Amino acid sequence: MIAEAGHYALVLALALALIQSTVPIIGARLRDPALMNVARSTALAQLLFAGLSFLALTTLYVTSDFSVANVFENSHSAKPLLYKITGVWGNHEGSMLLWVSILALFGGLVAAFGNNLPLSLRAHVLAVQGWIAAAFYMFILMTSNPFLRLAQPPLEGRDLNPVLQDIGLAVHPPMLYLGYVGFSIAFSFAVAALIEGRIDAAWARWVRPWTLVAWIFLTLGIAMGSYWAYYELGWGGWWFWDPVENASLMPWLSGTALLHSAVVMEKRNALKVWTILLAILTFSLSLLGTFLVRSGVLTSVHAFATDPTRGVFILLILCVFIGGSLTLYMWRASSLKQGGLFAPISREGALVLNNLFLTTACATVFIGTLYPLALEMLTGEKISVGAPFFNLTFGPLFLPLLLAMPFGPLLAWKRGDLRGVTQRLMAAGIAALLAVALVWAWTTGGAALAPLAIGLGVFVIAGSIVDVAERTMLFRLPFDAAFRRARGLPRAAWGTAFAHAGIGVALIGIVCESTWNTEYIGTMQPNDVAKLAGYELTLKDVMQRQGPNFRESLARFRVTRGGDEIGEMTPSKRNFTARQSSTTEAALLSRGASQLYISLGEEAAGGAVAVRMYHKPLVLMIWWGPVLMAFGGLLSLSDRRLRVGAPKPAKASRALQPAE
Amino acid sequence: MIGGALVVLAIAAGLVLTALRDSIVFFSTPQMVAEKQIPVGKRFRLGGMVEQGSLVRGDNLAVSFKVSDGGATLPVNYKGILPDLFREGQGVVAEGAMDASGVFKADTVLAKHDENYMPKEVADALKKQGRWQEGEGGKPVMSQGAAKPVVTQ
Repeated sequence: MIAEAGHYALVLALALALIQSTVPIIGARLRDPALMNVARSTALAQLLFAGLSFLALTTLYVTSDFSVANVFENSHSAKPLLYKITGVWGNHEGSMLLWVSILALFGGLVAAFGNNLPLSLRAHVLAVQGWIAAAFYMFILMTSNPFLRLAQPPLEGRDLNPVLQDIGLAVHPPMLYLGYVGFSIAFSFAVAALIEGRIDAAWARWVRPWTLVAWIFLTLGIAMGSYWAYYELGWGGWWFWDPVENASLMPWLSGTALLHSAVVMEKRNALKVWTILLAILTFSLSLLGTFLVRSGVLTSVHAFATDPTRGVFILLILCVFIGGSLTLYMWRASSLKQGGLFAPISREGALVLNNLFLTTACATVFIGTLYPLALEMLTGEKISVGAPFFNLTFGPLFLPLLLAMPFGPLLAWKRGDLRGVTQRLMAAGIAALLAVALVWAWTTGGAALAPLAIGLGVFVIAGSIVDVAERTMLFRLPFDAAFRRARGLPRAAWGTAFAHAGIGVALIGIVCESTWNTEYIGTMQPNDVAKLAGYELTLKDVMQRQGPNFRESLARFRVTRGGDEIGEMTPSKRNFTARQSSTTEAALLSRGASQLYISLGEEAAGGAVAVRMYHKPLVLMIWWGPVLMAFGGLLSLSDRRLRVGAPKPAKASRALQPAE
Repeated sequence: MIGGALVVLAIAAGLVLTALRDSIVFFSTPQMVAEKQIPVGKRFRLGGMVEQGSLVRGDNLAVSFKVSDGGATLPVNYKGILPDLFREGQGVVAEGAMDASGVFKADTVLAKHDENYMPKEVADALKKQGRWQEGEGGKPVMSQGAAKPVVTQ
């Protein structure tokens, strides 16, 4: 009954999406406000029904209704409640349902908070959202229906893949999807602007908060996924240049570029045509990511075993939306008037540079990810493009970007003074050189590049501090006056500083982890001691334990440093009975930003056990960085000037906002 | 400004082309290795099935096993901890190079499959050689594949 209701709600959502995608456009053509307003009510109703459908599937999982094929394949009655719920999106059908539910959520938000949008723009934006939604509802209903029943309901389910039974999975996909799908708003705005043939600075003011929301979630989602892979897959790696990771990195790179070019458009009314293109490309890359992951063309963790009709269907959606929007762009972009001239050395110029490097870096990731697929299709030859490729291409492109980053926020709009900015960044430069010298002296004769890269990270962080100090006139005014200025500083300025500093923090973490990571691999008997980076790890014992839906063998290690007791670590190996498969649960011990990491291998004869241990210096900074970036984004978002959906008098916001 | 952009793009294109020449890794099955004469020391990915009963554990985490694609068989040496999903009779992909004695020395063993899913490269290669039986091992499942590349020494 619940399954049928969920299925029916999904069909209704499709019908609503079809109305939403046509009627408002006709309304805009006829200038009929009533027809245009249909967009709002259908978007809200669509959200309701998509939500109901999602709720229905969740209920089926929670009640372990194994007469539904999807639940049978991916759940087990003994599974803890949390993983019953997260199991909803731990499989192809359910995750697609989550995808459209989030899409409906964003459409609903625009409908609910878009009162200050011009009526025809809102109608067009929601209609484009309707097209995307309709395409994906059809995809789910025709190829991946999660509500199919089994003729003979089995008594017990096949359980969720053990590596996915983890809190990381609870958070990672929804975050990632909020990011991916959030960019659909920027896309819809871009297409709507092209249809209307009109775009102004106010357009950028509406688009920027939505892009920012999507960007924050995508940033956190990628970081979460990386941390999950780090502790769950048991070998301490945090980024693999796996096609699926690249699929999420590409929209992030172009989304970051979009965020910056939208600033130029909002403040200076320039780069309009480029911003529109970026908005289209960013969501196209999100769709591409969905295609790569969902169609199973890739061999990787996330590649669900394939059903070719699904791949072809998503490919079709991909072609229609990317091809269609780019064609529309070619046809209409020339009708958008360019404006706002600026000198090459200026804030605008710096943002263009940022865009140039980000999109080029994105393009190299794109090539590295799709080249193997293209080559296989053309010649049948199978290759893999791994970390060496990306280190050689992505790395060199990111270096100049990071070097230039502190300069950007200090340059003035329109015409900047590079020499003046350089002088103001002197302090940051000195801090960076000190850091290089210090690290160099400390590691004596180690890798030459690492101290330089750390210096760059310090430069980026110090540059953000200089930016804030300059704006508040810290050190020049008395402290309380500077403090007052700091409080008066727009939140967006703080946001920029935090986000930029976050990049520096992550860079330092990445460099330290990959340069000074030490490991120990071997077999240990109880009471054996392994020495690693000044720590002594003693294996106390190995014992067996029964969990809710698994058995595990648990090893206990005593960690000491120079005889001082520090703590206990208990890595384990779990054997999941329903699927006859095992996972490695690594044990982590944080010491500041550094971590000790133990994962277990096979048990050998006589109570010995194979272990892999790492000491990972400053590894946590890799994830603190993105958290800082997301926090910066959040600050920016809370800026009064671009608060999402802040109710404003329609007339005031429809007028062009003066550039600052 | 446009000139600068072109310079950056040109540099990026150069980087991509060099990187594509130097840092990609080809995939082979034992049969292809036998036919193609891959030079000693050239890195590639080897895929196939782990032969039943071929796994031998030596001292200090050294292991050796045989990889077969039904046509040819190739001995593999590896030192380290094997991934959770490594099992005899199942698909495996290993990265490394041939040594002078005709043994494949793997430095990475990838496990990209769960108990009933085979690595796609392996399945395709077996299909091409007509050694694929539907419903045996390669049955599509609705779960996610399991693990990322697992051990690098």
